[in-house]
Amino acid sequence: MTTAVVTPGAVTQDLVTTAAENTTSLIQSVDWLAIAPPVVVAAMALIVLVTDLFLPEHRKPLLGALTIGGLVAALALLVPLRAGDRSTFCLNAAATGPGSASACSYTADHFALVIQALVLGGALLTALLSLGDTRKLPAGEFWFLLLSSASGAALLPAARDLATLVVALEVASLPAFALVGIKRGDRRSSEAALKFFLSSVVATAVMLLGVSFVYAATGTLHLTEIAARLDDVPGQLDTLAKAGVALTLVGFAFKTAAAPFHFWVPDTYIGAPLPIAAYLSVVGKAVGFSGLILVTVIAFPAYADVWGPALAVLAALTMTIGNVAALRQNAGRTRSAVRLLAWSSVAQAGYLLVPIAAAAYSSDEHIGSTVAYALMYAVVNLGAFAVAALVARTSPGNRLTDYRGLYATRPLAALAMAFFLLCLAGLPPGIIGLFAKVTVFSAAVDAGLGWLAVLMAVNVVIALYYYLQWTATLFRAPAEASEEAPAKAREEIPAEGAAPAPTRHGAPASLTVAIALTAVAGVVLSGAPQTVLRFAAVSLF
Amino acid sequence: MIDISESVMQFLLAFIVVAPLVGAVAALLPAPPGLKGSGPDRAVLRHGVTVTGAILVAAIVLAAGFDHDHPSKIQATTDISWIPALDVRIHLGIDGISLPLLVLTALLTFLCALYSYFKMPAGPSPKAFVALLLVLESGTLATFAVLDLLLFFLAFEMVLIPMYFLIARWGGAKKQAAAWKFILYTLLGSVVMLLGLLLIGLKSGTFDMVALATDNGRGLTSSVQVIAVLAIGIGLAVKTPMWPLHSWLPDAHTAAPTVGSVLLAGVLLKMGTYGFVRILLPVTPDGMHTFAPYLAAFAVVGIIYGSLACLALVRPGSKGDLKRLIAYSSVGHMGFVLLGIASMTPTGVNGALFANIAHGLITGLLFFLVGAVKDRYGTADLDTLSGATGAALYGRAPRLGGLLAFAAVASLGLPGLAGFWGEMLALFGSFDPADGLSRPAFLTFMSIAAFGTLLTAAYMLMVVRRVCMGEKREEPQLADVQTYEFAAWTPLVALTVLAGLWPAALLGLTDPAVQKLLAGGKS
Repeated sequence: MTTAVVTPGAVTQDLVTTAAENTTSLIQSVDWLAIAPPVVVAAMALIVLVTDLFLPEHRKPLLGALTIGGLVAALALLVPLRAGDRSTFCLNAAATGPGSASACSYTADHFALVIQALVLGGALLTALLSLGDTRKLPAGEFWFLLLSSASGAALLPAARDLATLVVALEVASLPAFALVGIKRGDRRSSEAALKFFLSSVVATAVMLLGVSFVYAATGTLHLTEIAARLDDVPGQLDTLAKAGVALTLVGFAFKTAAAPFHFWVPDTYIGAPLPIAAYLSVVGKAVGFSGLILVTVIAFPAYADVWGPALAVLAALTMTIGNVAALRQNAGRTRSAVRLLAWSSVAQAGYLLVPIAAAAYSSDEHIGSTVAYALMYAVVNLGAFAVAALVARTSPGNRLTDYRGLYATRPLAALAMAFFLLCLAGLPPGIIGLFAKVTVFSAAVDAGLGWLAVLMAVNVVIALYYYLQWTATLFRAPAEASEEAPAKAREEIPAEGAAPAPTRHGAPASLTVAIALTAVAGVVLSGAPQTVLRFAAVSLF
Repeated sequence: MIDISESVMQFLLAFIVVAPLVGAVAALLPAPPGLKGSGPDRAVLRHGVTVTGAILVAAIVLAAGFDHDHPSKIQATTDISWIPALDVRIHLGIDGISLPLLVLTALLTFLCALYSYFKMPAGPSPKAFVALLLVLESGTLATFAVLDLLLFFLAFEMVLIPMYFLIARWGGAKKQAAAWKFILYTLLGSVVMLLGLLLIGLKSGTFDMVALATDNGRGLTSSVQVIAVLAIGIGLAVKTPMWPLHSWLPDAHTAAPTVGSVLLAGVLLKMGTYGFVRILLPVTPDGMHTFAPYLAAFAVVGIIYGSLACLALVRPGSKGDLKRLIAYSSVGHMGFVLLGIASMTPTGVNGALFANIAHGLITGLLFFLVGAVKDRYGTADLDTLSGATGAALYGRAPRLGGLLAFAAVASLGLPGLAGFWGEMLALFGSFDPADGLSRPAFLTFMSIAAFGTLLTAAYMLMVVRRVCMGEKREEPQLADVQTYEFAAWTPLVALTVLAGLWPAALLGLTDPAVQKLLAGGKS
């Protein structure tokens, strides 16, 4: 154990600690093991950035290996923490008065560990997807940005005060803007980055305003303290506190891409490099959701009657808008596959919101349903993106029609894709998808949100249409040359960069590994759904 | 009949549910060198016959080892915890209610596999066909074998994807639209059903059907029961199908390949009515009491509607499709099943279960026969088939004509054949419904349903007249019934006669189990 110095009082304590000003016992030991996962990733980001300066061009692939090594190490460091009882950067008892010594800024409880595993695993798969793709991109910057973003994402679920939360959220988001726009010279990529940046910055601004209101009303930034003090806000501050709660939630709703704050999603996803779209759809979402869960369930339970119905309505809107838009996708349009996955991710965000809304009506344990669902979603969605990346190698247009007859050329990839899509739809053989949906339904039914459950039922049916249509396309007889769509596709290819004539060449090992990993994980989870569903039955905090 | 140790019985039941899945995976793999046969396509079709045959043998052994003295007892039970978080247990078991359906499923799937071995429907590779057929079999068998509400839901959903592809890939005209209608409609129903199942499970604290049936609704308030019955009932009614939720059925049947139609009518529809008997009657009796009159009313409307639709289709000049006609007749037959269930009496429910099996045998046979007619004439359109006077099947293919006439009269409920007992018992049940149900209302339903049997007789006889009879034209002789067709159809014919002449064999199995379910688990 090393020691670090921490500023006193109810001020933010972050990873970056500042010098002491007072003399009394301000020396606080830091549990380095507890904060190791985000720190290792952050350190590896710096190492990659520096190493990049000294590497000759042909050695650049080494950076990818370093990145993967860092992420694997961070994942491995989660194992010794599995008891979930560590926390650090706590307020001194002297500073807050006796009895409230439990307020910590960093807590590695089960919730934090599960989400950290999710985001680090997601980043790892993203790295695998990107390995074969980075030749066109500036490698050093790419890996540095990816690792920075992942470190912020890994910090966020463990953050237990609003300042750390906002800082972690920005650490996760800012590199993501650059990642989206990293395809230099690609107009669409820049446009996507700008859209993403503007909407995200607005969200941050709104959230900061909300945070400051909450701070003004309660005088603390620690989530548990806020919860205690919001219970009896003085009368004249009540409106301020309510407004603060509402604005903070709006900020997170932007980040989770909940409707009506979802409009940036499709353009950003199709403009971004494919692995980054996968990263945003899984890790970006997990970040937004864990932040939302932390503020609603830990900090604002006193206002459950405000955010409960609001989140229920948001969930209903999000899933409906996402599904209806996905339904209206034109299969022949360029990049329609990614566009469809983008809209489907909006719809899935709606399902993820349901248990959080349910937590307002009954017990916090429903949060576990969101976590379980997010884990399932992460595995299968990354898998779907991995297959999409594979298809994009031979047909850069990445239309839905390009998937026609995939079974004939790549049977295993097609079967994996069918499995992922049916998991997303929630139908057997995607058993894990089915049971993840069952937990979400069960949360809604248990909380008495019957209308939301029925609406979700309708949405599941709508979603089946486009997922199954895509699945069916995989197994159709391959399109003949006489069809005009692929012919046109080839003419448009030059816009995408140097694409050789679509000949079948072997899949790169990293992509194969990514598909195999996700497919095996999905199949294993389908056989033993308890592995992820156990989070749905216990309190994670 | 034979004494088989409990652990072997357990294994048999688990084997019946799991083996088709293993077989489905194996079907996708390349055939082992020794088993190539006359080509990869034949090899995989033969694989299908082998696997379904093995399942059928296992099912028959299971039926033989079943303790026929205590059919109300759940036998061959396996109970393993699978997902503790959701309280899902792999709880398998059979009693007198599920055993006949299990055997019927195994039999029909085997016959379908056998039939397709010789007559593969036109479409893409048989590999996928066999794999889908086996997944479908596993799903239906699991539906009848599981005793856990969420597993029931899982099994219920498992049949959707294979059936969708069977219709969409190997079907006839308008197959895409029909397949979509089938899967979206039934999925909507089953997701709503899931809400009801979750409500029951969450309010009573268990998803175990046996425990819930023993509770007999005592742990659930009336309002919960009413909502649960409404939600689950809608899901099951879509599957059954009950008028007015039936509209997916005629399209699906018309477009499906012969084998798909046989399984759809013979087995898949039974999953809906089985759910009514297995879940709603014992678990939520109060809710069923509330909805029984409405269920009966819809059932009766279905009987009349189905018959009238058939009469309209059979009229000359209406361009009626034979498969569509039989699909509508299924709506009518399922109306009798629902009427029996709605009476909530042992007589009615026994009748419903009997009619279930009878419908599976007879309509399965009818779809086989109509498929054969369609293959020979190239169309199932009644007007094209019969021309001015009739299709003269008696003259052109006498055996086929005879079988069709046999199946038609069995379907209209001729005494001495399987169709009779179920409908009669359902009417009896409705004559004297359970306490608390309005007798005058049920008497009215009974008389309307009895009138429906007349209409059924009318259209079935018209079908016989237009297809089997008629002036023999100067046309080449049609191929009569082939050996493989005989092999596929004879078991159905024999069982139809057997069930008609010796109904006690079946009723002896179902009655004690039904008594126990209705009495709340006390035998």
